Amino acid sequence: MRGFFAIYLREILILRKKLFRQVASMSVGPLLYLVAFGLGMGEGVQVSGRSYLEFLIPGLVAMSSMTQSFAIASEINIARFYWRIFEEFQAAPIRNIAYVAGEVLAGITRALLSVCIILIIGLASGIFLRYSLAFWLFVVVNSFVFASLAVCLAMLVKSHADQALLTNFFITPMAFLGGTFFPVERMPPWVQKTLQLLPLTHAAKAIRSSAFGLPFETFSLLLLTGLGLLLFVLAFLCVNRAKE
Amino acid sequence: MIRIENLTKRYRNLQALQGINLGVKEGELFAYLGPNGSGKTTTIKILTGLARPTSGDAYLDGFHIERDTLKAKKQCGLVTQTINLDHELTVYENLDIHGRLFHMSAGERKARIVELLEYVEIFDRRNSPVKHLSGGMKRRVMVARALMHKPRILFLDEPTVGLDPTIRRRIWSLIKKIQQNGSTIFLTTHYIEEAEFLADRVAFLDEGRVAAVGKPQDLMAQLGSWALDEIADGEMETTYFRSRDEANRHIERQKGGFALRRVNLEDVFLSMTGKRVKPA
Repeated sequence: MRGFFAIYLREILILRKKLFRQVASMSVGPLLYLVAFGLGMGEGVQVSGRSYLEFLIPGLVAMSSMTQSFAIASEINIARFYWRIFEEFQAAPIRNIAYVAGEVLAGITRALLSVCIILIIGLASGIFLRYSLAFWLFVVVNSFVFASLAVCLAMLVKSHADQALLTNFFITPMAFLGGTFFPVERMPPWVQKTLQLLPLTHAAKAIRSSAFGLPFETFSLLLLTGLGLLLFVLAFLCVNRAKE
Repeated sequence: MIRIENLTKRYRNLQALQGINLGVKEGELFAYLGPNGSGKTTTIKILTGLARPTSGDAYLDGFHIERDTLKAKKQCGLVTQTINLDHELTVYENLDIHGRLFHMSAGERKARIVELLEYVEIFDRRNSPVKHLSGGMKRRVMVARALMHKPRILFLDEPTVGLDPTIRRRIWSLIKKIQQNGSTIFLTTHYIEEAEFLADRVAFLDEGRVAAVGKPQDLMAQLGSWALDEIADGEMETTYFRSRDEANRHIERQKGGFALRRVNLEDVFLSMTGKRVKPA
């Protein structure tokens, strides 16, 4: 694992240099969703016995931790195809696992930053939920899944355009269908079964349960952890494929 | 210090290297010459772990590049053809990250960064983001970064490409200085004068094969000392002579325009392959 911290530190230094822009960019989406879906629908709308805004905030947390951890793929691709910094890592005496671990942790860090922004926006809107250890555990596990997926795909794509295509086909549909904006239970049974295949559905459910003080979602934790580990191993195996 | 045995590399429809055999001695400055697309960068990419060979073996300071890859990588520093610095980060941060990647301690990194930035005369710009530096400065930062972990072998892939002549000569002086400090240098270039000025030995690469290896003066002496360029029937023809007197006697019999000059490595490459290293 030697060299892992160098990979992580580099991503964090870059994040720090662009912090203002990043925070602004991370705030725009949640703010729009809160205004459009939350305030726009009014406080009268109730979902599962809670106001829609209360329902929405944990969903946005799940969605944002997914999109921001997955965004590490773009940073990797910029480093690989545009600045060619990836060659510097390839030529360094570090193991593939150190590289993957550094990038995944950087993805998780980005996700945590975006979640903090949503919670601040939520608090400013008067939404007070339970941000317990279980809540943060699910946020981290969800980010781990999508950061590992991001590194894996970033090693397989041949251009930055391919990466954008993958985001459009996998991440954007999941963001809208994974229980972020509506309770999956309200969908027809066959749709529910299909949506249960999406990791975000489990993450949104578990994060929401934790935020509402409901029982701990053990199955979701096991499922997401298992999937995250699998993707992490795949990412590790994919690093060699990025070699010419 | 570097040993390459029957190295081949095939990309889908292209045989980039067709069985390279080479050896570079410790402390030597070895220039790898050839036109664009001849396989120079591919060789460096394989030796430094950026690409996998299709077949063959290579050793850096006795370590096999694939079986002992981490140990082999520790021996070498790499300056790539394209500038691959982190433009958002400062000069200092770029070097610091490199030092961490090569497992240097905090104390070692700090001391080495100061030493190297003074060495490449860019210490006063240590806190500038790389994006604010000129092309020549970026090249010097890349050289400093490659030297951070005190590599025994330095790979320089077209280190002066795109630089103006003044800055190019400054980089040459730096390369000479690095060699005098004991490093083995493997340099690719398609600038003939660069190889003539810097190299102890050169290898000519043509379509993925080594066409010739030797000391520049020995290779040039095989052709002669003087070259006479003449236009005959609309085609440029070059004749080689052992001495200037011999060339002058030939000139007295000429009616058309001509140019007499010293033989250079371009002539050697041209006589062996019928091609120019740097197309006109």
